[in-house]
Amino acid sequence: MTSPKRVGKIEFGLLSPKELRKMSVRKIIWADTYDDDGFPYPQGLMDLNLGVIDPGLRCKTCDQKASDCPGHFGHIELAKPVIHVGYTRLIRKLLRVTCRACARLLLTPEEVDRVIGTEEGDLAAEFISEKDIKKERVCPHCGEQQYKINFEKPTTFSEMWVEDGRKVEHKLTPADIRSRLERIPDDDLRVLGINAEVARPEWTILTVLPVPPVTMRPSIILENGQRSEDDLTHKLVDIIRINQRFKENQDAGAPQLIIEDLWELLQYHVTTYLDNEVAGCPPARHRSGRPLKTLSQRLKGKEGRFRGSLSGKRVNFSARTVISPDPNISITEVGIPLAIANEMTIPVKVTPYNIEELRQFILNGPDRLTIKSPCGANYVIRPDNRRMRLSDLNKDTVAEMVEPGWTVERQLKDGDIVLFNRQPSLHRMSIMAHRAVIMDGKTFRLNPAVCPPYNADFDGDEMNLHIPQTEEARAEAEILVSVQANILSPRTGGPIIGGIHDHISGIFLLTHGVRWFTKSEMLYLLKHFPVEHLPPADREENGEPRWTNKQVFSAIIPDGLNMVFHATSCQNCEICRREMCERDAFVRIRDGSLISGTIDKKAIGAFDGQILHRIIRQYGMKRAAQFIDDMTKLSIRAIMIDGFSFGIDDEDLSKTEYGQIDEILDAAIQDVERRIKIYLEGQLEPMPGRTLDETLEMQIMQVLGKARDRTGEIAGRHLGMNNSAVVMAVSGARGSMLNLTQMAGCLGQQSVRGERIVRGYDERTLPHFKRADRGASAHGFIINSYKSGLSPTEFFFHAIGGREGLVDTAVRTSQSGYLQRRMINALQDLKVAYDGTVRTTGGRIIQFRYGEDGTDPARSSFGDPVDVKGIIENVLKEEVS
Amino acid sequence: MSSSFNVLNHTMVPDHQVMSEEEVRTLLSDYTITLEQLPKIYQDDPAVKAIGGNAGDVIRIVRESPTAGRAESYRLVIRRPKK
Repeated sequence: MTSPKRVGKIEFGLLSPKELRKMSVRKIIWADTYDDDGFPYPQGLMDLNLGVIDPGLRCKTCDQKASDCPGHFGHIELAKPVIHVGYTRLIRKLLRVTCRACARLLLTPEEVDRVIGTEEGDLAAEFISEKDIKKERVCPHCGEQQYKINFEKPTTFSEMWVEDGRKVEHKLTPADIRSRLERIPDDDLRVLGINAEVARPEWTILTVLPVPPVTMRPSIILENGQRSEDDLTHKLVDIIRINQRFKENQDAGAPQLIIEDLWELLQYHVTTYLDNEVAGCPPARHRSGRPLKTLSQRLKGKEGRFRGSLSGKRVNFSARTVISPDPNISITEVGIPLAIANEMTIPVKVTPYNIEELRQFILNGPDRLTIKSPCGANYVIRPDNRRMRLSDLNKDTVAEMVEPGWTVERQLKDGDIVLFNRQPSLHRMSIMAHRAVIMDGKTFRLNPAVCPPYNADFDGDEMNLHIPQTEEARAEAEILVSVQANILSPRTGGPIIGGIHDHISGIFLLTHGVRWFTKSEMLYLLKHFPVEHLPPADREENGEPRWTNKQVFSAIIPDGLNMVFHATSCQNCEICRREMCERDAFVRIRDGSLISGTIDKKAIGAFDGQILHRIIRQYGMKRAAQFIDDMTKLSIRAIMIDGFSFGIDDEDLSKTEYGQIDEILDAAIQDVERRIKIYLEGQLEPMPGRTLDETLEMQIMQVLGKARDRTGEIAGRHLGMNNSAVVMAVSGARGSMLNLTQMAGCLGQQSVRGERIVRGYDERTLPHFKRADRGASAHGFIINSYKSGLSPTEFFFHAIGGREGLVDTAVRTSQSGYLQRRMINALQDLKVAYDGTVRTTGGRIIQFRYGEDGTDPARSSFGDPVDVKGIIENVLKEEVS
Repeated sequence: MSSSFNVLNHTMVPDHQVMSEEEVRTLLSDYTITLEQLPKIYQDDPAVKAIGGNAGDVIRIVRESPTAGRAESYRLVIRRPKK
């Protein structure tokens, strides 16, 4: 291997016409490509000197075949010089800072020193900019009066001056500009920050146009045998045609007007050839009306050469389809449709030890008909790297031929390790390794508990699958990328995989308060677990054994676990009644059995599952994955015992409640009116640091906010724990009491930027209100609930408030996406060295110790290297604070 | 022009010290790096000016860290380049 070399320097410059002619292998003069026999015209755009793309032909320059010839540049001699669009701003700048007569810089040497500082002076300033030179001054070298240079997009320059009181404008041709740029002395250019040795400014005006090799603009042959040329070739054809016509007219001595028109046309074609999206220039179009993709479009943007072909590429051995949930597979598994599994392969080298097995794969052939059938193989690769597609016709002969040294590409089967990904891949848990399970159907199946790290749901989301192809990749995937290894998030140090939605509702319903189960119910709940003996029954009823709900949950807790914590439903009472808590929110687990408390989001939820976190630290990742599988299965069985649903009548309140709500809202609106009256009478006392208006607004917001909360309280009091929405809100499964308030009580104040709605017409929000009405309903207070239905004005206010949220998310995602891209580009090559330092690839130190403390957050307890509290709690079996 | 305010007295500014040549030598050998591989700091940085560091010096910065207790880092003083 060659040793790595250090890049000494990179020089950026312009190609001079001399260099262009030197690197050209052929002068191109004909606009035609191929003759009637399909053979390239000599000196045409497809000249054989420029490289070959047709197989069988040989390059006339390097005498190599199509696959080996890299292609060679040609050139077109332009009839007259034209401006390169990419340099118009530089040209404008240079014209404005140099003299129109002597082409020297429009500054005296003293002025130059003042701006850029003397040699090695401490007061280092910038290079000279356009602003350092005043407009229309007199040249300090030759005394010539300067004119204003006007630049019109895309490529027109003109001089402007005032003569006899009227404006005179004189157009500068590219030839004029070129001759002016030619005369700027090298020393003056240095001051401007230009190295004249590699970039003389006149080289920004093209006299020779390079013709790129055919290899970068290959023509394609359509099904009907017709040739279709590349966009670049089309554009070059245009340029040559006009150039040719220009030359003929010039030689024939055509009138100045025609020459100017042709010159402009040539400029247009060269401009669009370089960049077809220039401002102020209509894009050149294909016959079909599609804008041509010219040089700049090939490089720019997301699909361009840099971002689209160099930083990122399309890959083989990948699949993509819609995802759907399957609570019966483990979180470490992923269901793969048979159709995909039949196409995806894993290469296996043939050895004396596996030859019989692989031979059987070959005999099974490429068509696996059911998920139960043994897996087959799609290709074999011979030792000479020839790849053979297997079919029913050749599988028997190939099976005979295989011997050690061959490679068999066998189909995916159960247990293979695969990488699973959902975009946007914002953190490392967006790609995790799962075990394949071949399934019927056409969707990828995943356990709902792994939705949080992928941020996936099943409303039509699609996900990608990749098959690691080497033993090293598979080992890496299993050890570093597997789901078990990623239960803890390096962001918080806590678990990110865990129960969601119904898992939490289910486990809450199961463990809340005290319930008794019969033997058949016990067996139904624990059917999926390797429980050999039921625990001793807690009680007998009519001679039948009864178990408590806490015993059910205890069955899936690892032996010897001790924990004490407060559940999500804990209200943080002043005096905690511990085990006697009326909400059953004091969780105590002793020696692996649940003594008291309700299991909910805080115990098993994704993001803050405390039991999960403790299991990982005490029993390891594998046990934790097992616990998640058990817990999800148990909670789903538990929720199915009673059933769990929500309907419109779950928001019903009784007549008394509706009366109370109306009373509260009426009182609040009256209160607002009263305050407005005080304000109008000038009796309102402003709050410190606030104007009168602000004070009034704040008071109104406060009164109305309180009123809404009180309606919520009334609704919440009526809807008890037998209401599904309350269960979900209390357990933390989904929704909040505020959502419930808005459904059953009242929607409350709609706001834009934290203030009441004030936009709209002159002094009023909508024509339905009087001008200068400051009342509650005129500024977006909604008395109705989602259940009772909104009035037309209320609906309008709700839409206004809702729009703000939509705009916010749209703006936030685009901004954070761009930030993420820049962060990744800046940090992607950093790594932690063996001595604990964070370094760049060049060995430069970024941090002397990773994160100052050298700890991996995923292996620490919420930032602390050791979970002291957890260890003490486990030993004492008592809460420590 | 010169005010009596010293940036080093500000609570948010960590402790800066110029390291001796001997210390720099051990630092470089401890991490097996060259001077160029150290993080940089400009000569006209207010804290560097306050302790009188010159181009080529190495500055030790000692920070109070909420997680690590005490975190040291080292920076090479360089001149601000001409733009």
